[in-house]
Amino acid sequence: MKSVVRTISIYVFLFVITGLLYPFVITNIGRIFFKEKVKGSIIYRDGRPVASKLIAQPFVSPYLFWGRPSTNNYNPLSSGGSNLGPTNPELYRVVKERIKNLRRSGFDGPVPSYLVFASGSGLDPHLPPYAVYSQVERVSRYTGIPKDLLYRLIEKHTEKRFLGFIGEERVNILELNLELLGLMDKYRKSSSSGM
Amino acid sequence: MERMINHLQVADIIFLVSFIVVLTITTPIFGTYITKVFTARTLLGEGLIYRFFGIDPEREMDWRTYTFHLILFNIVGLLVMFFILLLQGFLPLNPQGFKGFPWDLALNTAVSFTTNTNWQAYSGENTASYLSQMLGLTVQNFLSAATGITVAIALIRGLSRSETPYIGNFWVDITRTTLYILLPISFIGAIFLMSQGVVQNFDPYLKISLVDPALNGKEQIIPMGPVASQEAIKLLGTNGGGFFGANSAHPFENPTPLSNFFECLLMLLIPTALTYTFGKLTNRPRLGWLIFGVMMFLFITALFSEYYFMMKSHPGFSKMGIVGPYVEGQETRFGVAGSSLFVTVSCSGEVGAVNGMLDSYLPVGGMIPFLLMASGVTFGGVGAGLYGMVAYMIIAAFIAGLMVGRVPEFLRKKLTPRDMWASVVATITSTFLILILSSIAFRSRIGVSSILNHGPHGITEVLYAYTSAANNNGSAFAGLSANNLFYNLTTAFAMFAGRFVVIIAILYLAGSFAKKKIVPASSHNLCEDSFIFGIWLIFVILMINVLGLFPALSMGPILEHLLIYAAR
Repeated sequence: MKSVVRTISIYVFLFVITGLLYPFVITNIGRIFFKEKVKGSIIYRDGRPVASKLIAQPFVSPYLFWGRPSTNNYNPLSSGGSNLGPTNPELYRVVKERIKNLRRSGFDGPVPSYLVFASGSGLDPHLPPYAVYSQVERVSRYTGIPKDLLYRLIEKHTEKRFLGFIGEERVNILELNLELLGLMDKYRKSSSSGM
Repeated sequence: MERMINHLQVADIIFLVSFIVVLTITTPIFGTYITKVFTARTLLGEGLIYRFFGIDPEREMDWRTYTFHLILFNIVGLLVMFFILLLQGFLPLNPQGFKGFPWDLALNTAVSFTTNTNWQAYSGENTASYLSQMLGLTVQNFLSAATGITVAIALIRGLSRSETPYIGNFWVDITRTTLYILLPISFIGAIFLMSQGVVQNFDPYLKISLVDPALNGKEQIIPMGPVASQEAIKLLGTNGGGFFGANSAHPFENPTPLSNFFECLLMLLIPTALTYTFGKLTNRPRLGWLIFGVMMFLFITALFSEYYFMMKSHPGFSKMGIVGPYVEGQETRFGVAGSSLFVTVSCSGEVGAVNGMLDSYLPVGGMIPFLLMASGVTFGGVGAGLYGMVAYMIIAAFIAGLMVGRVPEFLRKKLTPRDMWASVVATITSTFLILILSSIAFRSRIGVSSILNHGPHGITEVLYAYTSAANNNGSAFAGLSANNLFYNLTTAFAMFAGRFVVIIAILYLAGSFAKKKIVPASSHNLCEDSFIFGIWLIFVILMINVLGLFPALSMGPILEHLLIYAAR
């Protein structure tokens, strides 16, 4: 009997250390050393939170860059993918529809797979650079911003592979669009004053 | 474009090889550390704990007592977690005001986290409060991992001792494993993950309005929580249960390629190190490296096959004018190589974490994880991989002994019929559970109606679910709607039996081996650390697993692969 009590008290002891002490200490370390990151890498504009750098948002306007498709409509309250298998007719249907949508926006040439296959989390904020460059034509047409400038903008937002071989080269669509929106305001003003 | 893709592949190969190199370097380092923890007379601060609880650390237990306390410890944990989940609506630290789990889901989840499986029939961000995540899930992540390591250490003791009934003191083993191995490494791991962008706070979910002006300020609600602290032990303890539904595909759990690499490393850190510890503690360092070698051989084979099959294009979609890899269910930042590595590591280590949605992967890309999971000894879960491997080694030694017509022995101890029973139970319990429960599911209406993808892929979904549960892995072909009474109860049963039946068999072996006499050395002894035995061992592992599951696999992923690549 005494030994049963010992097992239970060891359990309670380890419960308190791993369930309470450990997470609270980690939280406080985070609060001191990684202030923004532990709060979700939130981007503020005019003091208001507008986005998390890590969480994708939907972009539908033709003058913005479009991101990775999401099955859950970019809703972080139900993260996840389509779970459609590679032979599921439903997957074929969805992908065809996405291709059609791209074609309707004036997209020609081969379609980068990242623009038509949904991500695993539904919240993937990135695209590989070539999938972004393929949209420059459209964005330039709608915004009037010269292609050169857009290329430079994409290049600026391209994150390289870590050490050259870890991960994938990628562009954060959210940050790219935020800068693009700022640039558009400026561009519209200067082009209208020129007229 | 063509050249760019070629370049990618070179970087990918460097990436995969560098992982293997780093893992090989950490093996002796952490192996030595774990050895020290278990051979030290007393560790810093430890005496105080034992004195407080009135435990005599010198007094060891026989296998029955040890098993009794281990099971009791786990049952208490299971019950506490069950009630926390059930009652979370009335408990603090619940800023989103989530209601309690329904009883069958609470039971399934509690069994799941207690058995180191971390099968999840729910999504954390819309179901579990911060308190449940911390006191329920995080605690059992630590304790179930510690249980696995403890069993492995008890077995090693049994193998290396002779003529004694004792296999160690459970209270000392569980305390040392939790506080001196898992806690410090998780601590460092959590800090590193925070530096990469994993969130760690107790704030309510954050409401923002969307950036695109065309969406008229529609809202997005961003979940928060103490993620980093749970993430580190989720991987280190080969648990795998995500804070969020998308698991390690979620940017808040796995934000960068570097965090992805690091998470892969965390998952195999202890399983690899334990092979070294095995060599040290049994005084047969060569044998430790042989086990490492066998596991590494299976791992490397699986890793490069996985990468090869994931890089294949999908002819059905190439026809539509799509270029680039088939990436449904994968995240951009990891790349195909990062996704291949993660799934191979996770299923080798019976972690069950995912950084993409396996259900959408190409058929063979889903089958290789399946086979790894079924064998359970390609490094395997913390402790569980090693003790599973010992059971396979005993079977290999037994068959080898019979073939040359001698009394079978293992590590210079004679094998008895009961030892063989225990080893067989340890190795094929899971296969039994998988095949029986899958057959029941296929014959029941609810079992079939929960399938998302029909045809051969649907067979894979169900087989995968029970394989994952019975082997305490926890990953899923998530298309299967598993949150219903039928799947919650049957998978809970598979997880419980798959864990504790095996543990009892292993602890029996530990006790049995501790009692045995050592056979005097002669030229006839079996050389367990010879190259030949290593190859023989690989054959035995493949024979038991692949033969048992091949008929089922041929109806699932193999058929689907043929449908994609051979159909006209």
